Amino acid sequence: MNFISRYRRSKFFGPALLAAALFVLGTSYSVASATTFKAVTPSNDKTTLIAEGKEIFARGCSSCHGLNLEGGAIAPSLIGVGAASVDFQVGTGRMPMADMSVQAARKDPIYNEAETAALAAYVASLAPGPAAIRNEDLAWERSGDAAEGGQLFRSNCSMCHNFAGQGGALSQGKYAPSLMGVEAKHIYEALITGPQSMPVFSDKIITPAEKLSIIKWIKAAESEPNLGGASLGRTGPVTEGLLSWSLGIMALIGVAVWITAKAK
Amino acid sequence: MTSDNQSNEIAPLTDPGIPAHLHRKSDLDPKAAKKAERQVGILFIISALGTILFIYSYTFMSEKIFIFLPVLGNSNAKQLFLGLGMAISLFFIGMGAVHWAKTLMPDNEVVAQRHELRSEEVDREDFVKTVKEGAAAAGLGRRSIIKRTLGVALGLSGLTPLLLLRDLGPLPKDDFSKTSWEAGTRLVTDPGDRPIKPSDLEIGAVAQVLPELPAGKERKLEDIGKDAVLLIRIRPAEFQLDAERLSWTHEGIIAFSKICSHMGCAVALYEQTTKHLLCPCHQSTYDVTRAAKVIFGPSARPLPQLALALDAEGYLVAKQPFTEPVGPSFWERDSS
Repeated sequence: MNFISRYRRSKFFGPALLAAALFVLGTSYSVASATTFKAVTPSNDKTTLIAEGKEIFARGCSSCHGLNLEGGAIAPSLIGVGAASVDFQVGTGRMPMADMSVQAARKDPIYNEAETAALAAYVASLAPGPAAIRNEDLAWERSGDAAEGGQLFRSNCSMCHNFAGQGGALSQGKYAPSLMGVEAKHIYEALITGPQSMPVFSDKIITPAEKLSIIKWIKAAESEPNLGGASLGRTGPVTEGLLSWSLGIMALIGVAVWITAKAK
Repeated sequence: MTSDNQSNEIAPLTDPGIPAHLHRKSDLDPKAAKKAERQVGILFIISALGTILFIYSYTFMSEKIFIFLPVLGNSNAKQLFLGLGMAISLFFIGMGAVHWAKTLMPDNEVVAQRHELRSEEVDREDFVKTVKEGAAAAGLGRRSIIKRTLGVALGLSGLTPLLLLRDLGPLPKDDFSKTSWEAGTRLVTDPGDRPIKPSDLEIGAVAQVLPELPAGKERKLEDIGKDAVLLIRIRPAEFQLDAERLSWTHEGIIAFSKICSHMGCAVALYEQTTKHLLCPCHQSTYDVTRAAKVIFGPSARPLPQLALALDAEGYLVAKQPFTEPVGPSFWERDSS
């Protein structure tokens, strides 16, 4: 510990200690939270699939959602939400939640695809609801129309998810997540099930063909290159203006100092 | 401090005069002057190179090349060199000129005395005399026809700009208070223009809607700006409305103007869980279950609610036009 006593009077010691403490706190927290037991290897047979789903549900979900999907004080009922909802919530890692914050965040899924399918089969077996979507069934690349998708996106999605699909704030800590890097089937399932704060976009209001166009537009926005290098969050003129203003004003101050300094 | 030195009087400052002029190196040493001259030349040449870089990247560079920059990431080479070239070309002209002025141009302090700006008394009298003589020669006082007709001509010519300004656009008339919604206008999806049946909306669903257009009419942007409506379906038991407003809904479907009553942004951030409508511009929050009552933010009024009904074919229509002007306050608006 000799080196600590040597440097402890340095002016960098305080900030460095703070950074180290925050690092330890942050990493130990992520180790402590959200470690879930997994073991199941579900099969293809439907009855066994449902039985296995029931087992996973009882172990991983029932403490909040109730043994019979009836919900509780901290979690909604899952009766009639359908396989699409389960596939979206579990497949994007939102469920099980890592902590009781206002909103479940997207993260690496806890359950693998087979386990998610088993859970979805179990939840759908108790009450009917929208069926899960498979990526291969969504021919958005072929049948989607990016221009139409953009029009639909601007009138239906952009107010919450930002005009470039980057997400945005809602009230009281809730937010509309970024749509970048979301699988096509999850976008589709979110539209038909309305997860969390998001409303439902029924098939008669936005037809299945139009939904494919929206997906195509989102994918097009995702692959759009950043001509200027840094994307600055793609939130438009506010960040761009702030950055160029702060850098620009510093440069102007420097130039002004140089101009007014008398030559030797 | 002694007691007799406690007055606030300060000895008056004496004018220190101009400090002695310090000569620059380039003033004294011809070698230094030559060096400064070369430096200015180099700065101008850098500027010229910047312009050449600009022209080259504008004309020849492919748009598909991306180069990696630290911090910025992959940037488009063409855009980068266009900007850099123009920045270098402009900045170094200025830098060269400033360096030239600072090192080589004369920098002797010069005293310029300020004089009174008023003209000499003789000149002023002379001017008045000339004007008076001219006026007398023109005979303005005697020839009253000319005087009066000139007055009429000049006065009328002043009306021309007024007329032109008046014609910059038609007066708004009652456009602010009226929308395209009439009794029996169908609600159609935006975009898509498809009429909507109540069964098309599940609980928790929303739809962005516009009034159906009469056949052969084009939708105008200025109409969308007033007509846009948000259709929301919730469980009917969740409504906390008075009898009249409840009769404006249909089986849990309620419609509000999408134009914020604060500044006119599109209010469409609908949170399904809380039934709150949020305006993205200034965070005005409206409670859908209580007829869009303002529960947060700067808005002064609830969003106007559109009364809903069904037509003979079972499609959703407006029962009546909006009962109040949509959107933000304006001068003539009855604010009650």
